[in-house]
Amino acid sequence: MKLTLWTYEGPPHVGAMRVATCMKGLHYVLHAPQGDTYADLLFTMIERRNHRPPVTYTTFQARDLGADTANLFKTACQAAYDRFKPEAMIVGASCTAELIQDDPGGMAEMMGLPVPVIALDLPSYQRKENFGADETFFQITRTLAKPVEKTTQISCNLIGPTALGFRHRDDITELTGMLADMGIAVNVVAPYGASPSDIARLGAAHFNVLMYPETGESACRWMERDLGLPFTKTVPIGVGATRDFIREVSLLAGVPQAIDEDRLRLPWYSASVDSTYLTGKRVFIFGDGTHAAAAARIARDEMGFEVVGLGCYNREMARPIRALAKDYGLTALITDDYLEVEAAIEAAAPEMILGTQMERMIGKRLGIPCAVISAPVHVQDFPARYSPQMGIEGANVMFDTWVHPLVMGLEEHLLHMFRDDFEFHDAAGASHHGGQHVANDAGSAPSHPAASVPKETASGLVIWLADAERELKKIPFFVRGKARRNTEIFATEKGLSEIGIETLYEAKAHYAR
Amino acid sequence: MSFDTPPSTGCRDAPVLRERGQHEVFCGLTGIIWLHRKMQDAFFLVVGSRTCAHLLQSAAGVMIFAEPRFGTAILEETDLAGLADAQAELEREVGRLIARRPDIRQLFLVGSCPSEVIKLDLARAAEKLSVQHAPHVRVLNYSGSGIETTFTQGEDACLASMVPGLPETDARQLMLVGALPDVVEDQARDLLAQMGITDVTILPARRADDPVAVGANTVFALLQPFLGDTLAALERRGARHIPAPFPFGAQGTTGWLRAVADEFGVDDATFERVTAAPRARATRAVAQAAESLSGKSIFFFPDSQLEIPLARFLTRECGMRAIEVGTPFLHKTILGPDLDLLEAGPQLTEGQDVERQLDRCRAAHPDLTVCGLGLANPLEAEGLTTKWAIELVFTPVHFYEQAGDLAGLFSRPMRRRAALKLGAAS
Repeated sequence: MKLTLWTYEGPPHVGAMRVATCMKGLHYVLHAPQGDTYADLLFTMIERRNHRPPVTYTTFQARDLGADTANLFKTACQAAYDRFKPEAMIVGASCTAELIQDDPGGMAEMMGLPVPVIALDLPSYQRKENFGADETFFQITRTLAKPVEKTTQISCNLIGPTALGFRHRDDITELTGMLADMGIAVNVVAPYGASPSDIARLGAAHFNVLMYPETGESACRWMERDLGLPFTKTVPIGVGATRDFIREVSLLAGVPQAIDEDRLRLPWYSASVDSTYLTGKRVFIFGDGTHAAAAARIARDEMGFEVVGLGCYNREMARPIRALAKDYGLTALITDDYLEVEAAIEAAAPEMILGTQMERMIGKRLGIPCAVISAPVHVQDFPARYSPQMGIEGANVMFDTWVHPLVMGLEEHLLHMFRDDFEFHDAAGASHHGGQHVANDAGSAPSHPAASVPKETASGLVIWLADAERELKKIPFFVRGKARRNTEIFATEKGLSEIGIETLYEAKAHYAR
Repeated sequence: MSFDTPPSTGCRDAPVLRERGQHEVFCGLTGIIWLHRKMQDAFFLVVGSRTCAHLLQSAAGVMIFAEPRFGTAILEETDLAGLADAQAELEREVGRLIARRPDIRQLFLVGSCPSEVIKLDLARAAEKLSVQHAPHVRVLNYSGSGIETTFTQGEDACLASMVPGLPETDARQLMLVGALPDVVEDQARDLLAQMGITDVTILPARRADDPVAVGANTVFALLQPFLGDTLAALERRGARHIPAPFPFGAQGTTGWLRAVADEFGVDDATFERVTAAPRARATRAVAQAAESLSGKSIFFFPDSQLEIPLARFLTRECGMRAIEVGTPFLHKTILGPDLDLLEAGPQLTEGQDVERQLDRCRAAHPDLTVCGLGLANPLEAEGLTTKWAIELVFTPVHFYEQAGDLAGLFSRPMRRRAALKLGAAS
């Protein structure tokens, strides 16, 4: 048993629902107890879908336990077919039904329904949501996709986007436009928006674009092997990755590289003098493997940040994230325990967090600005406006999203200038940091990370003298954590046991850039 | 229509359509979300799967980020293999939890579908843990599983689990049963005190140390309609139930207070003096909020068991017409007074076959549909106006001062539909 409060991922059948909900003409019959229908509201509320997920639940109750649940399943299956007349069905069990061992796949097969029925085996007590989506899409593809004649125009499939995916809707639009600029048509987008008959003609494409490895990699590997479709390995999030992706596509498709950079603004915005203050900002990155990896490259190479923490919650991506972290001189944090993430963030004392909904909350608690780069997300990250992460516009969106929560260059300067001013003291924080500026006395804000760090370092060897502590508090809060840390490292390296004002400024001089 | 003369035919003997099929409802675990706010030194530990944790996270919304006093001990593959192991695992997790949260005085082990199906004996675990952590922490258990409980029934199961452990008393006293927001609870106490009824206890109490006892001279009134098991448990302890309509709206509150006042022999003059002013206030507030509701039709999907008293309030005090009143479970003894006051006409349904009910709803095309969040947006997209039902459980809606707010919850979606003009101005 493991005590859990927050989970980054739902159970695997929610992954299957993500696939079913974004497809058309497919119906999912889920053997599950009353109450499991809660998952519907993720789609109707968070993603604001205007239709019910195409999922029929058997909703068995205690009195049904025993032989009756099997009948219940068959009745529900038949009723779902009769009512919705889908082109294909998927059937499976949720965590409770897995325990009563009714075998939905076997039962559905015996019923002889006139459409393909695909059985899902999703181990609820071992795996999670992303696995559920990946496996479901793989099984659907394996069952329905057949070798077919290639399209005359060079075409590709977009693989991996699902319901409840972080910006999947707009990433599809962005990539479709970019591929069109190279003369490449999109054959099928799947599973998002695809019907079972669309899945049957996946093989007509010349290659696959794997948009999200978490939810599409198994299907891509199978198509590579059985349908001879190579797939792209670069996820085009960020300017550099987008350019790499274009090169990869041009090689796969045998067409010249073409990219319309007229509307690409990140490189100039990042180069403009107003962005100079971004240099070396310490960022902590956490999310799903794909988005975390992409964010790390953008942060370091395109925004000029220093990446001080990198990790992901999905074990499936642990290996690539570990390798990547090594490149950045870091040890990757692979965990699905948000308390570990919180501890790591506190220890790294970043000036900004790039993460999920949970890291947003951690950031709020620690008083650190945060931008969301990955699922799980709440309703505000399914925006009405066009807001991709991928491609050219994705890079522009990313620049804005990441810069907004930071204290602006001019504002940072003013805060520093007027830090002793009675209403503009540094503990007042920035006006957009969420209203914690009113109650604090100058310098003793308990909600700021620096104030909660104990006066000694972890090793217990370096002690802050009172005057140095006071001086430290004169430094604006958003750089105070960094100053404290650097000073302690400096003192430890020099073999000092105490930090006075002298040491503080020696360290400041040492680290000046 | 006056409250004193009920409609010639109420709904007590109306035929009830009982349906089985897909239920689009929450399980009893969701009750934890409001119960843990009410019981300030209690922790709710669900023993279940990742699905249970995900449900609580999804249902609790942003509350999940406020270090709430609930969590899930997620069963893993190894727990399923050998059950003896699971008991030891549970003891270890509970030990760690209690060490980390020393402020916890009551710990509820909450059963889920997986723990019930594998027959994990949480009652025995609770007993053992109670002994281990006595006297500081009392460990109780109940089931909030979907196979046994629907949404608010989780609170019923929780409160019922507390009853056998309550101390015995011979005192003549009134017990109010059901978790209400503190502000509403205080209003109820105040009204009763003004009538001279002061020996009042409330189950659940805000803290473990608050004295709540029960015995043969205890009479109790329910504040919520979904408390059937708790009622039975209290009766087993010798307490007596005061049947009453539920305190929704001016009339419901008056009816509820009247029943309690009669039990305690409060004279009419006193009753009138205490209730006249707030009743008039409530009637005024309801009339204002109900302007857009009068003459409109309403259709209830089953959710919380609040549907029947709410339909009674909306039809009698707001002038609405009920087409169908669905409830997950219909406890006729508890809801008798409300059924008497609900004019014959609406189809009463118990249980659910959601697809058929949706067919009926579409055919009836009601002006307002009360339903869960899984159905609300899809129905809005079909052109139906909806009121999502969960808000009725979380928002203070009981008693006089909230009567206007209660009507407002139903009128807001209708006013919004009228307010939105997205076409060209032409």
